[in-house]
Amino acid sequence: MLYREAGQFKTTYEADMAVFPIRQDRIGLGLIILAAFLLPLFSSDFFIGTVMVPFLVFSLAAIGLNLLTGYTGLLSLGTGAFMGVGAYACYKLTIAFPEVNVLIWIVASGFFSAAVGVLFGLPSLRIKGFYLAVATLAAQFFLEWCFVRIPWLYNYSSSGSIDVPTRTLFDIAITGPQATPTTRYLVLLSIVVIFTWIASNIVRGRIGRMWMAIRDMDIAAELMGIRPLQTKLLAFAVSSFYCGVAGAVMMFLWYGGGEAKDAFNINLSFNILFMIIIGGLGSLLGAFLGAGLLHLVPIFLKFGLPALGVPIGGETAEHWTHIIIGMLIIFFLIVEPHGLARLWSITKQKLRMWPFPY
Amino acid sequence: MLYNIFIDPFVQMAQMPDLLVQTLWEGLVAGVLYALIALGFVLIFKASGVFNFAQGIMVVFAGLTLVGLYEKLSPSTGQGLGAFLALVLTIGVMFVLAWTIERVVLRPLVNQPDIILFMATFGITFFLIGFGESIFGGSPKKMITEQLLLPTGAIDLNILGGRVIIQKLDIAAAVIAGLMVAGLALFFQYTRIGRALRAVADSHKAALSVGISLNQIWVIVWFTAGIVALVTGIMWGARSDVSFGLSVIALKALPVLILGGFTSVPGAIVGGLIIGIGEKMGEFYWGPLVGGGIESWLAYIIALAFLLFRPQGLFGDKIIERI
Repeated sequence: MLYREAGQFKTTYEADMAVFPIRQDRIGLGLIILAAFLLPLFSSDFFIGTVMVPFLVFSLAAIGLNLLTGYTGLLSLGTGAFMGVGAYACYKLTIAFPEVNVLIWIVASGFFSAAVGVLFGLPSLRIKGFYLAVATLAAQFFLEWCFVRIPWLYNYSSSGSIDVPTRTLFDIAITGPQATPTTRYLVLLSIVVIFTWIASNIVRGRIGRMWMAIRDMDIAAELMGIRPLQTKLLAFAVSSFYCGVAGAVMMFLWYGGGEAKDAFNINLSFNILFMIIIGGLGSLLGAFLGAGLLHLVPIFLKFGLPALGVPIGGETAEHWTHIIIGMLIIFFLIVEPHGLARLWSITKQKLRMWPFPY
Repeated sequence: MLYNIFIDPFVQMAQMPDLLVQTLWEGLVAGVLYALIALGFVLIFKASGVFNFAQGIMVVFAGLTLVGLYEKLSPSTGQGLGAFLALVLTIGVMFVLAWTIERVVLRPLVNQPDIILFMATFGITFFLIGFGESIFGGSPKKMITEQLLLPTGAIDLNILGGRVIIQKLDIAAAVIAGLMVAGLALFFQYTRIGRALRAVADSHKAALSVGISLNQIWVIVWFTAGIVALVTGIMWGARSDVSFGLSVIALKALPVLILGGFTSVPGAIVGGLIIGIGEKMGEFYWGPLVGGGIESWLAYIIALAFLLFRPQGLFGDKIIERI
């Protein structure tokens, strides 16, 4: 209904394998990215700062976890801790070498997170499923303990939390107290777009196919010549890398220190996991949709309902947020257990066929 | 350094046996409580294959319902009667909860992958948090320990050249937990429903084909888990207050589970005791070396070490994979 792809013929294998084989999809995606970059022109700092920035951070972390859980089938509950590793690594690096651009350190901190991820991914060769999930909880609680008990990590500051210093790009402050929400948003958006593009190319190439083979049946994959240890550890490394970068941007471009002392706790891990389950396992679009649903619904209930004239106090609103989110999760799971991404592709298929049922 | 890790703690243990006994006892009590939560997990996992994230919040919800109902009832019926009336009503509420969960959540999601059902129990968790808070308020409540005729106070034992303090409530908790496990074991072994439960645990399809109603079994299992949650809520609430903070502690039941195996009732008990004792001993004797607070992760590391040697846990069913 929206568009038809009639008349677009593919004459090469490359064209057939393209990420977006349909021209309208490419145009649509371009428009969405353009709109995202132009968004600050039309909306308030408040909206950018409290809605869009956290949404993008969660999306990036959800992509990272989706590479591990959705594509490789390894359940992990250590996401929050891996994000924390990225944040603290980035902090230590930029304090030690202030003359190097902070963007380089944000990316570099991902490698520290990847190393830690590989270490805690080692048990994944022997155990799987919920057993592995509990094993990764060891990483979560151990690292969380490290963030509190090793004062070297936050430079012995008395508050026990880290303070993000001001760093600039082309003489514009992008981190720290002087950075405006708009600049932080634009930097973050660029990072997320680039990393999503990289992820989409990883998962449709040889590596992604290896991961999916392991996910679907690891013994069969091993018989076909895929090395399980290397493949699983690679998944842990890449996933933790994404999570580490997400943690670094969470600390530097969203929180800005201060209240961030116990931000990387178990609830964050659970939240990210639920984002990818509700959004769709094994789908990059699902990471965005899930992050959107679980992040935007509470905000909408908090600010939207009073604005619409439904009078609810702060505490009641919180209770109703919990109740409504709980019911939404169950509702979406019953409607489509494979997540919002599947729901979207079904809708798209229906619209293409419209007005015919088949 | 090596001396501090490998020799000094044992020297301390030998020199002050009363402290050792005290630590062991505390570990034992903590272990019993972990085991109770793990028991609720195991019951549901065995019968329906659902990894029930909501077990922790069910503990809190049961405790809150009990205290909330008692506060409503006690002015008109008197304290003693009110407490037991509230207990009976709470059991009723847990049954309604089990029935609703089966009807609304489990039945439409039958035969979905494990992770989807796991996610659904997270939805239940969220719902129960909001529902419980909006009815009973978010502030911590005091458990009605005396009104339920549970013993309070402490016993001082003079043994091994020192004093060991044992709370009477902890003894009661251990006894009640033991009775409940024995009761569940008998129920599973000798009743008609118990046999049906074991059949469902072995194979859903085979159980269906001999005429066992899965829906009915699920209600029973969730109801049983609800009662276990209620007992846990009373015991845990009596040690501290009843508040939603308890649900986080419920995560401690996870290492217990992987230690004992997801499908084994005795595993939950043994695992709980190992984790409880190991954690308290570790914290007391080795914790100071690294600045304390290792209680938060030691249990998981112990469990992880076990897993590397026995991936199915101590008593879990052997995992056999076919292509």
